[in-house]
Amino acid sequence: MSRIKTVFATLKQQGKTALIPYITAGDPHPKFTVSLMHTLVEHGADMIELGVPFSDPMADGPVIQRASERALQHKVGLTAVLDMVKTFRQTDQATPIILMGYANPIEAVGVVAFADKAKAADVDGVITVDYPPEECGSFVKELRARDIDPVFLLSPTTDAKRVELIVNQASGFVYYVSLKGVTGAANLDIVEVAGRVASIREQTNLPVGVGFGIRDAATAKATAAIADAVVVGSRMVQAIEASTEDNLLRNVANLMTELKTAVDAA
Amino acid sequence: MQLYDMPDARGHFGQYGGTFVAETLVEALEELRVMYEKYRHDPVFLAEYAYDLKHFVGRPSPIYHAKRLSDKVGGAQIYLKREDLNHTGAHKINNTIGQALLAKRMGKPRVIAETGAGQHGVATATIAARLGLECVVYMGSEDVKRQAPNVFRMKLLGATVVPVESGSKTLKDALNEAMRDWVTNVHNTFYIIGTVAGPHPYPMMVRDFQAIIGIEAKQQMMEMVGHQPEAVVACVGGGSNAMGIFYPYIDVPNVRLIGVEAAGLGMETGKHAAPLTANSAVGVLHGNRTYLMQDADGNIIETHSISAGLDYPGVGPEHAWLKDIKRAEYVAVTDDEAMAAFHNLCRTEGIIPALESSHALAYAEKLAKTMSSDKVILVNLSGRGDKDINTVAKLANITL
Repeated sequence: MSRIKTVFATLKQQGKTALIPYITAGDPHPKFTVSLMHTLVEHGADMIELGVPFSDPMADGPVIQRASERALQHKVGLTAVLDMVKTFRQTDQATPIILMGYANPIEAVGVVAFADKAKAADVDGVITVDYPPEECGSFVKELRARDIDPVFLLSPTTDAKRVELIVNQASGFVYYVSLKGVTGAANLDIVEVAGRVASIREQTNLPVGVGFGIRDAATAKATAAIADAVVVGSRMVQAIEASTEDNLLRNVANLMTELKTAVDAA
Repeated sequence: MQLYDMPDARGHFGQYGGTFVAETLVEALEELRVMYEKYRHDPVFLAEYAYDLKHFVGRPSPIYHAKRLSDKVGGAQIYLKREDLNHTGAHKINNTIGQALLAKRMGKPRVIAETGAGQHGVATATIAARLGLECVVYMGSEDVKRQAPNVFRMKLLGATVVPVESGSKTLKDALNEAMRDWVTNVHNTFYIIGTVAGPHPYPMMVRDFQAIIGIEAKQQMMEMVGHQPEAVVACVGGGSNAMGIFYPYIDVPNVRLIGVEAAGLGMETGKHAAPLTANSAVGVLHGNRTYLMQDADGNIIETHSISAGLDYPGVGPEHAWLKDIKRAEYVAVTDDEAMAAFHNLCRTEGIIPALESSHALAYAEKLAKTMSSDKVILVNLSGRGDKDINTVAKLANITL
């Protein structure tokens, strides 16, 4: 069984919701990324979404754009990110790692070569923002042949027919983007999200994660009550951005503890 | 004869094009695709479009025999398709009118656009004012500095100009920011893309609206010289003016189609904006697959061109396809060569060309020298150069 499946199965038995923090690899400096990943796990991360820096992050708001720019200043590309995952795996073989990024860095490596390298680094899932299911048939095939889960986004504008198309290609879980717009945008409407999550569940048995717009304990708790996983991205990156080298790990740990308590209380 | 019939139903030109966007945009693009399919052959829509092209833009734009230039260069006769004479001073308005009329029919009260040189921004602001639509234009902060007159023009027309500070602060970043706006405001907003790039249906739709250039040229050449030109030359950034004049010629045999990219400081320096000429790696950016200037990690690298309108790391997917099937040829000319052609046209013909179009002129001069004087080269003079006077003055160390 894949790590992602195992984690969701265990949490389900415990009646809990997964907490998935997002960080951009290489932000604020590549030397911190692996320690940050371990800190996230120590303070309650059930999985980690690791952002692959890209020069043109079209679906991201200013917070994650800046994280990408900081990482790219240190020339952190896809190959460097995979090396970080390898290092992380030396001491953590349990926590699923989901890469999140854009199509071009993957195409630059080549779809097959990327799938091989991701497997070698022990990556568990891949979210490719600008690969809709219509355009990534062979990519999905290569990932699934290596037991890597292709994770897809569903949005408020995805109709039932497309949900069907997407869940047939997805594995691991599906990720409901809880608002229109870029990452880090305005507040989410929890009642609307609950309705959408319920209707997605009618079409798939895959766990449903919810992200975009979760910025504090209250929204994390409310989301945890209706979803199988809560993804926190921009808020996490903001904490990193606001930190100095000295208090970086402590600030991230504090935020994680706050979010974990909220998610577990749901 | 096998007729050219691209793209396929999902917007692919062979391996190029497609719809590489975040899920949030899929529905909006589908809505656009369906509406464009509905109206692209609708007689009422087309009549309205034709009316505006004639009475608002001033079409057909003339073809002009640049005789003194031809004599000076020596060789083939150079003819100019005068898109610089359009209202707003460039070919961009052909497309913005088409898309804005579509926005009206789709009930979208707000239009957004990205712009590099500012010509597309001005053309969008113009038609937005004419149709009473709210207009927001994204422009890299570097370009805002380089193209101050066009920024002022957009503001006069009632548009909001948003300087984009992310990335390289040029056209590609303006496009990213416009996409982000569209994702957020998709319910009331129509995104008017200015070039033959972006996700399907944009490359096809922009080409179709610009094809009026080539449709007119084919007829005008018959009237003026009795045959089609040996070569059609146009500059290529994203590639909309080139696609507009090339497209009606694709099925015409023996007409060479030549796209001229920006070689910037020289192809060998790497400081250029010529992905086709450089044979850059194929990748995915701004919703389509195409040739892209990028590093080994797949990050987009900074481009260089004296002309803001050509300063783009990718190129429309149909140009990528035409290169691969060898129906069009792609070459590049440097900043210096383009500047020389700029001055040459000013002095020999009394026409101040845009720096973008000066790239096409520079290559046409080179090509003309290799051809006899009974041959004809048609250059798409895509825009006028008034917007570039600051850039040109600065190069000559002149303070205006």
